[in-house]
Amino acid sequence: MQALELAQITLDYGRRRVLYDLSLHVTTNQVVVVTGSNGSGKSTLLRVIAGLQRPTVGAVWCIADGVRYPPLQMRHAIGWMAPDLMLYRELTGHENLRFFADVRGVSISDVAIADLLAEVGLAGRGGDLLATYSSGMTHRLRYAYALLHQPALLLLDEPSVMLDTSGHDLLARVVARQRQHGMTLIATNDERERRFADVLVSLEVAV
Amino acid sequence: MIDPLLWRATRAIFLRELRSELRNRQALNAVTLFAICSVVTVSLGLGPLMPSADVALVHAAFLWVILLFAAFTALSRVFVVEEEQRTAAALRLAAPPIAVYLGKLCFNLVVLLGLTVLVTVLAIVMLHIRVGAWDLLVGMLLSGALALVAGTTLVAAIIARSSSRGALFAVLSLPILIPMLVTAVRGTALALAGVSLARGMAPIQTLLAYAVAMFVASLFLFATVWE
Repeated sequence: MQALELAQITLDYGRRRVLYDLSLHVTTNQVVVVTGSNGSGKSTLLRVIAGLQRPTVGAVWCIADGVRYPPLQMRHAIGWMAPDLMLYRELTGHENLRFFADVRGVSISDVAIADLLAEVGLAGRGGDLLATYSSGMTHRLRYAYALLHQPALLLLDEPSVMLDTSGHDLLARVVARQRQHGMTLIATNDERERRFADVLVSLEVAV
Repeated sequence: MIDPLLWRATRAIFLRELRSELRNRQALNAVTLFAICSVVTVSLGLGPLMPSADVALVHAAFLWVILLFAAFTALSRVFVVEEEQRTAAALRLAAPPIAVYLGKLCFNLVVLLGLTVLVTVLAIVMLHIRVGAWDLLVGMLLSGALALVAGTTLVAAIIARSSSRGALFAVLSLPILIPMLVTAVRGTALALAGVSLARGMAPIQTLLAYAVAMFVASLFLFATVWE
């Protein structure tokens, strides 16, 4: 996937308008930071781009080799993480990643999974059940879930919430690496994360 | 020929369901207790029935009613738990919809087959049921379980996101299941009465045809329901 296009996205929850007439074009190597107050639709926008929610009006297109695809057909190229993304509590961290690699059709060795866990700060904890993880550790595993298949489009919703200082370093590393080969969209209000932006999108609460 | 990636994803989903269930045993415990309580209660209340022309039909109806309600308890869980624990989004984003359907269908089939063996053995022992044709009985139970799972797995996906899941599952499933239940009861009664496999093949064929029809329809509809 080389580009992402949002064409006049409007989304209503019943009578409440969350997103209104939003258009955006993102290309490889770009980092887009979406800001806005609580309820302005940042997380909803990322869910729409991931194909987890349909817009009321407008369309999202993933562009690969000059052809436009809906997100549903490009999920193999999309990585999404959010505070409300839940993985399987009765599986270990390693088993979660093995499971999602298998369902995605990603060939990855156990050693590579262990390396990924170490990269997100969970070295030596891959054999523990997710139910025993702290909220910060769970959030780190969400990074591993999103990065597992090396997506061309990485969607990060509140990426540093629940993380300690080393978690901010992790985010900086992830964004820097993603910038080399893909696109990144970050939904945040954290001042430190705004600095990653090549494009800044500010959402206001629609009336 | 099945796509290797689809097969791998289906297998992973089936094994994940199995592993999760073996670790928390929520569905297994609930269904097993329900099945044991039902059989014991009826056996204590009724006692052994006197031989008559209708006794095979009564026993067969009793067997399938228990299996039906145990299925209502167990089979919707595969999708309901994904929504309750909010893991559905992660799965939606990662797995092909068909693999999700096939993996959960296989898991439901394993659960129902285990349940069928448990309920049947308990019923035979506690109600002193005489089985006239074992081969036909096994054929009926296998094809009936297949039809029950094929008929309910898609409905489980439909109701998973609604608020009153339990009631809705029964309400939506029952009209779909009535034809197969009637066939299963009558076929099982033939097996208990001792009709030979060759003469009792019609209900098995009907149940298998029903299962195939529901399976194919579910394959077409599941992606729309799941997404």
